[in-house]
Amino acid sequence: MRKTSQLSPEDRNIRIYETLFSWILKFFSVLVVATLVGILATILIQALPSFRDAGINFYTGKSWDPVFKHFSATPFVVGTLATTVLALLISIPFSLSIALFSGFYLHPGRITSTIRLLIDLLAGIPSVIYGFWGLSIVVPAVRQFELFSGRVPYGVGIFTAALILSIMIVPYAASIGRDVIALVPSDLKEAGLALGATPYEVVRWIVMPYSKAGLLSGILLSFGRAIGETMAVTMVIGNANKIPGSIFDPANTISSIIANEFAEATDPIYVSHLIHMGLILFITTTAIGLFGRRVIKKWSSH
Amino acid sequence: MPSVSKRLATDLLFKGVLGLATVILFIPLIMILYYIIVNGAGAISWAFLTSLPKPPGEIGSGIGNAIVGSAILICIACTISVPIGVGVGVFLSEKPTHTIAKMVRICLEILQGIPSIVIGIISYLWVVLPMGGFSALSGGIALSLMMLPLVIRSTEETLKLIPQSLKEASLGLGVPYYRTMTKIIIPAGRPGISTGIILGISRVAGETAPLLFTAFGNPFLTFNIMKPVNSLPSLIYNYATSPYSDWQQAAWGASLVLILFLFTLSLIARTISTR
Repeated sequence: MRKTSQLSPEDRNIRIYETLFSWILKFFSVLVVATLVGILATILIQALPSFRDAGINFYTGKSWDPVFKHFSATPFVVGTLATTVLALLISIPFSLSIALFSGFYLHPGRITSTIRLLIDLLAGIPSVIYGFWGLSIVVPAVRQFELFSGRVPYGVGIFTAALILSIMIVPYAASIGRDVIALVPSDLKEAGLALGATPYEVVRWIVMPYSKAGLLSGILLSFGRAIGETMAVTMVIGNANKIPGSIFDPANTISSIIANEFAEATDPIYVSHLIHMGLILFITTTAIGLFGRRVIKKWSSH
Repeated sequence: MPSVSKRLATDLLFKGVLGLATVILFIPLIMILYYIIVNGAGAISWAFLTSLPKPPGEIGSGIGNAIVGSAILICIACTISVPIGVGVGVFLSEKPTHTIAKMVRICLEILQGIPSIVIGIISYLWVVLPMGGFSALSGGIALSLMMLPLVIRSTEETLKLIPQSLKEASLGLGVPYYRTMTKIIIPAGRPGISTGIILGISRVAGETAPLLFTAFGNPFLTFNIMKPVNSLPSLIYNYATSPYSDWQQAAWGASLVLILFLFTLSLIARTISTR
């Protein structure tokens, strides 16, 4: 290579641009890594006062009352688990049906592409609009049901939130399920059909056992998605800071308590407790997401 | 084993249940779209789109400031995430085995899964606190963090598909590497990259959670990115949870505008990617 001094000015410029270009690309990439490290560090540092202040009581206590400085995440952990598990239970039959129907039963064609389009539409509706629709249509309906069945007619609550959440996670779970089911080798399916099995028997004895791990991690991934969901849940869950006694009670999830109280929290320790909950949210969704995707990747590679 | 007719009946029943579940799922979709269109169409007029919000009870309330605010937020998010996203995408596709590239991939996977409300907290701590107040800038930064992984992914995926011969031809003609990338490879991947950007915009345009304590909301019109701004999703949230029927009416109108915007974006993305 010639020394820079021997190059013509034009070549030298090119060399400068060349170095600049690769440095910029590298800088941006490092920036992305630094951003994530920064996010983690920021949340950890800001949650530190909360660890010191509440200690283990944050997880074992029973109440959240900023006025009396009682800070415990338990009501919201319970609220989050109740809402998301219920939402999963409601959504699994639907997402599995769609995945099987469009991934196995129907041949690719107009109907499958229509189903795909409708699923995309469902996935494209913003969370806040689901919440608004829930507030004006689902809440009154649930209230009627509660009146009818002799419960306190809140309308809002865990059940309503789970109902709306289940609709929101179906597109996600269904598209993972469809991809997983499509990966079942066709010679296995064809062998089953050739032996005289009905399509139902192929699903029951071949497709389901084969894709079990993939389907389970799809469910896990939609669980992670549901935990982080904020707006729609915040609007219909009723915002009560106590441990819910039944699924028809108003409650709060981890994300909805942050959405409700973060902007109003003035006391630094109050803010730190809310960030602590953000940390719980961050860790659970990240762990579930990484684990679920690893399983799917491992499963689909063999 | 049960008789053949019984087995066939089970199969038919199973297929019927699957089809029924699929149809049932689309009932809420149709209901949501129906309510938005029926309630929203009545609210929308030229004045509604251009004038400012008014207190409940006064006629002539509008969502002009929210439309402008959303546009400002999206512009800020794109200004940050597009150059960085395309840059990192190029890096990942050019040096897939580089140590930094491997680290970036892990970071992206985590970044993509961070709940939007946590992104809001981050932008509050990083931008709102040091600046001393809610601002459009902090909202735009929060949205850019959500958009970034999508832009990077689509750039990387697109550039991987561009034939190596194109690059070799350009380099073989003596074109410097940086010019080959900026003038040949990136333009060749433009449809894919712009689809990614549009999908990124449509992901963040409907987001409310990261804006709650960053862009915050503002009943007035502002073009100053250092001031809080309103946005369509925040306006829908505030009006939907208010007890006033005319505000709720306006929320339906704003929902229709937002949905139409998002559907237009996905239509554009579809046409670009199928061309």
